[in-house]
Amino acid sequence: MVRRQGRTVSKTYVHAPGFVAGDRPKIVTSRFEFADSYTLERYLATDGYKGLRAALSRPANEVHEDVKSATVLGRGGAGFPAGVKWGLTPQQVWPRYLVVNGDESEPGTYKDRLLMECDPHQLIEGCLIACYAAGLSQCFLYIRGEMAVAQERVAAALNEAYAAGYIGKNILGSKFSVDIILHWGAGAYVVGEETALIESLEGNRGMPRLKPPFFPAANGLYGQPTIVNNVETLANLPWLLNHGVAAYTAIGTKTSPGTRMIAVSGHVKRPGVYEIINGTTTFRDLIYGQEFCGGIRNGNALKAFVPGGGSAPWFTPDQLDLPFEASQVGPAGSMLGSGAVMVMDETTDIPAAALTLTHFYAHESCGKCTPCREGGTWLERILRRVVDGDGTDADLQQLLEVGAMICPGAFPHAANEKLGLQAVAFPYKMTTICFVGPSAFAPVHSALTLFRSEFEARVKKRVTIPVTAVGVSV
Amino acid sequence: MSRLNETNTKSAREIIAKYPRPKSALIPLLHLSQEQNGYITREAMQHLGELVGVTSAEVYGTATFYEMFKFEPIGKYLINICRTMSCALMGANELMHHAEKKLGVNAGGTTPDGMFTLAHAECQAACTEAPTLQVNYRYRLRVTPTDLDNLIDNLRDGKLKDEFPPHGVLSKVRQIIPADRAVGAKDPEDVNESPAWLDGKAAL
Repeated sequence: MVRRQGRTVSKTYVHAPGFVAGDRPKIVTSRFEFADSYTLERYLATDGYKGLRAALSRPANEVHEDVKSATVLGRGGAGFPAGVKWGLTPQQVWPRYLVVNGDESEPGTYKDRLLMECDPHQLIEGCLIACYAAGLSQCFLYIRGEMAVAQERVAAALNEAYAAGYIGKNILGSKFSVDIILHWGAGAYVVGEETALIESLEGNRGMPRLKPPFFPAANGLYGQPTIVNNVETLANLPWLLNHGVAAYTAIGTKTSPGTRMIAVSGHVKRPGVYEIINGTTTFRDLIYGQEFCGGIRNGNALKAFVPGGGSAPWFTPDQLDLPFEASQVGPAGSMLGSGAVMVMDETTDIPAAALTLTHFYAHESCGKCTPCREGGTWLERILRRVVDGDGTDADLQQLLEVGAMICPGAFPHAANEKLGLQAVAFPYKMTTICFVGPSAFAPVHSALTLFRSEFEARVKKRVTIPVTAVGVSV
Repeated sequence: MSRLNETNTKSAREIIAKYPRPKSALIPLLHLSQEQNGYITREAMQHLGELVGVTSAEVYGTATFYEMFKFEPIGKYLINICRTMSCALMGANELMHHAEKKLGVNAGGTTPDGMFTLAHAECQAACTEAPTLQVNYRYRLRVTPTDLDNLIDNLRDGKLKDEFPPHGVLSKVRQIIPADRAVGAKDPEDVNESPAWLDGKAAL
């Protein structure tokens, strides 16, 4: 840490491109400063596998209780507490599995990739603690196909850990035995959805399963109880077990304890991935704070930002003072999602920016649910027509109508003083199994609601031709 | 002749043994096959079907869902330029236009010498380092048009062989579970009692 004139200056590392360290409590990124952070040697020299030892020296149910009382929130998107999820498995049904969701591909998000590349042993230790606490007999670590380096680092770390007796039969000489199987995907965004991930792991097309009634915790991989946890969620466990619940909940707020990794991209001075204190850090801190992004590039004005990954409804400067706290962001009309903030400055062409996201979701639709398969494509085509200058004012109405087929009823959006808009709270109703369909509509709806004039400036007035005028006699 | 060769068939059997059910190994096996041949052939799908006990149609069904599997030969270096929001905000479109001019092919095309395939990609999870691209799924960050020119020239001259293995080769490190450490796959058919460590006592 470098201090100049009493002000904290953030630090970056060549070996962890994108990550920006700061003078804040670190839970999951504590080893990122070391160039050899991914080796077993470094891991052991920096409290590595101490959390596992602490866990194994207590009965499994006590460890589970700890994770529950620490309220370790899921970092994948939904924010569901991990300890509660582990408890949803039906009694006396064995075996149970752990599936680690490392298929990170939400637009704007990357933290799991860094955690896998820079500290794979921490993830492995987290998996082991989860398996021990929740009685999970085999672990499958699913890494996104396009992350070759993460796959190599995790594979090497698994090999080291097996050889050193941390994974496999009788771990550390105890009665606890579990295998961790490394599995790669092959390029499909929707596989990040937990039931699609399970389908993919069974060797099928990665299409989500209908839920309810069966959530994976009750009926998942091979029809068995299956816990699907995000990489960052599991990476929190070694620190929690090593330092205890009180130390964990002392950071952040009661409902959002600990830290979170947030990627801030787009038009800021210092884009990067930051480990922030959960619950108290605000969007203003993150975008304008000197220890974070340091403001908008070239001193420009902020136009809008996406607060929680490409699927989240957008915010404008009016919402800058909201903290990273789900109970406040939800009623304000969006979600924290996967920890990704995308920032747009005053020079941004809003309809074109919305198109990049709508294109993404239309392209990534698996095709199972008609509203998403057809609706997503419609949204993209109509929006592209508008962006290209070939649209009419009827297209804008049509966009909202197609969206209403995917998400009936009021769609969440932020309040806006200038436009006289009241917030509509998250979440939305949906006609699809998973969130890919609604996500195609979210950017369209946000952009149209908050920046309608930019669309209107681009479209022609539709000329209605009466039937009698084209020579048809009636 | 594009069934898995002897060494790869052996690795395939080892991979299958890790899973409670053989079909789970299908995606890793498709990667293995793509690594051997550069793309997925009909014969390979037939062979994989035989190995995991499903029809080749089922293998085809799974394989075609995933973006990374190719069904015809492509360039030695697959250059994927990200076009999702963060990269688009930071000039990804301009970078793609530059790449198209430099390589003389449109997005989706392969150069006549079979060296490069240029493609649009969706979010590559390096959003703060936009615009990004991947060569055979390995990153280049904050890419300027000059960086791109140099990258392509160096790849063509064979200077980056170590950093970027040919298309199809994914992870250069494989997971190896030592026989004496392996617990073995937990098949629901065989396991129906609670794990030994859930006896209410500490494991250590």
